[in-house]
Amino acid sequence: MIRWDVIEGNLPLIASKLLEHLALTAVAVGIGLAISALAAYFIRGRKRLVGPVTGTFSLLYTIPSLALLAFLVPVTHLSFLTAEIALVSCTLFILTRNILAGLAAVPTDALEAADAMGYGRFGRLWHVELPLALPLIMAGIRIATVTTLGLVMVTALIGFGGLGQVMLRGYNFRNDTLVLVGFVLTVALGLAADLGLGWLGRAVTPWSRARGT
Amino acid sequence: MTSPPSDAHRAATVAFDHATKRYPGTNTARSGAVQDLSLEVPAGKICVLVGPSGCGKTTSLKMVNRLIEPTSGRILIDGQDVASREVTDLRRSIGYVIQQVGLFPHQTIGENVATVPRLLGWEPDRRRTRSDELLTLVGLDAATYRDRYPAQLSGGERQRVGVARALAGDPPVMLMDEPFGAVDPIVRERLQNEFLRLQADLAKTILFVTHDIDEAIKMGDLVAVMEVGGKLAQFGTPEEILANPASDFVARFVGVDRGLKRLSLSRVGDLDLLPAITARPGDDAAEPRRRIMANPLEYLLMIDEANRPIGWIGQRQVPSGGALSVLMASAMSPLLDRRTTLKDALAMLIDAEVQVGIVVDDHGALEGLVTADEITAFRRRGAEGSGT
Repeated sequence: MIRWDVIEGNLPLIASKLLEHLALTAVAVGIGLAISALAAYFIRGRKRLVGPVTGTFSLLYTIPSLALLAFLVPVTHLSFLTAEIALVSCTLFILTRNILAGLAAVPTDALEAADAMGYGRFGRLWHVELPLALPLIMAGIRIATVTTLGLVMVTALIGFGGLGQVMLRGYNFRNDTLVLVGFVLTVALGLAADLGLGWLGRAVTPWSRARGT
Repeated sequence: MTSPPSDAHRAATVAFDHATKRYPGTNTARSGAVQDLSLEVPAGKICVLVGPSGCGKTTSLKMVNRLIEPTSGRILIDGQDVASREVTDLRRSIGYVIQQVGLFPHQTIGENVATVPRLLGWEPDRRRTRSDELLTLVGLDAATYRDRYPAQLSGGERQRVGVARALAGDPPVMLMDEPFGAVDPIVRERLQNEFLRLQADLAKTILFVTHDIDEAIKMGDLVAVMEVGGKLAQFGTPEEILANPASDFVARFVGVDRGLKRLSLSRVGDLDLLPAITARPGDDAAEPRRRIMANPLEYLLMIDEANRPIGWIGQRQVPSGGALSVLMASAMSPLLDRRTTLKDALAMLIDAEVQVGIVVDDHGALEGLVTADEITAFRRRGAEGSGT
């Protein structure tokens, strides 16, 4: 049923769509992380802002991507921007929530000690709070990445979609091999990202596993 | 400001000048408030702030490094108002130790200790040397501990690291908030003794907060007793506070057993040691027997070649002739040294159900005897001497 000659013939297409898939995801998670970090920074410690901001992000997260695309296309057309807006808006809730949870989990005695030893505000944030929030932030990045890898498929409807395009072409040309290739690669990407980011998260927080001697 | 070129043995006076902290929305004494606190701690002394919870002792401490700003009044270090100093600068020059220690879980022990040197911009080599030196100072092997994470240490070890970290920048002033409160009593006792030994060399000016009057008496050169509402109830040496409580509150707070507590202030070395009648294995029994019969103390103490006590021989067990043997020696008494506090000495005698303790030197050689009667008589004399 798998026709290797089809794969061979479409290798350039598959490779370029694979790259597009990764690029769409990386850009979405990167921009999402930047926005979430800024948002978390400004609403932290301001109780009145936390509700509205996380509420808005939660709403964006809930709106089906398909509906969002349909809504955006008249405004931003069939563009890379449209695709990214849809993708980014899904990462904001996950990332902001995890950054806030990570910062909230920093032990208060460590914060008091940091203040008492003469850390400035940014020094404390950079050298104490962020490293200690990292396990939860990394977990957020991992979930957001795996989620986005799946969502990228949907943007095939507006001409992007990475591996989604490969599958779509497979459907259109009744080419089972292409459908299968798109499917297998998407699943493989998701698994690789999950495992890879899990490993990275542990690698950058060696202290979180240090117990006993 | 002039400071000696060597960074060791620096200390500064710390003075509270009508320092007051009120919290808004409360007219009555709120927990943590401080009311018109004035006192001065001379350079190189330990001043213990002690009182029930909510008496403002921690608030007072935190006003020194400006974790809390006073509502009115000033805090002066070597005559300079702390409010006039750049706050991070000020804090880097003040050591801080808290009950929960507050080590940074993501940093190794070595990095934790080197926190203030890092903030002061020291070179990595110098930081490493300094942190190794301090770990050794607090009794932790630097090679073993420097690369571990805080989670891999016991409570007592973490507390030592906390002290090392506070000392890293060689601050003239240290603030310690219940530093030994989270460890078990045996470890606490050891950490207290080690810290006093360290302080004998370091001679820092230390403000020490505790709710435990025994710890205050043991650790303090000066004790400030505070009562709820943030009022200073009494400020003086532990001796003064035990002998002459300034108010009913202080008297109640130091407790009904303050006579017993005063025994913590004196050590075995303060007593006149009684001579022991001694003999060595193999000695002829006749001579010691004659001496023991003429002595009110009814026991002969057998010692070895290095004058180390072996055990007692009761008066009636000493034979009238022949050689003395090790086998004749039976019970032993607790071994004390001149540094043992009288309170601990008395406790050891009571525990062992004996009247007499044997005082030995650092090599275990006999120095003399101490009796429970003598300890209680010493306490009575002390009480009369100070006018109560």
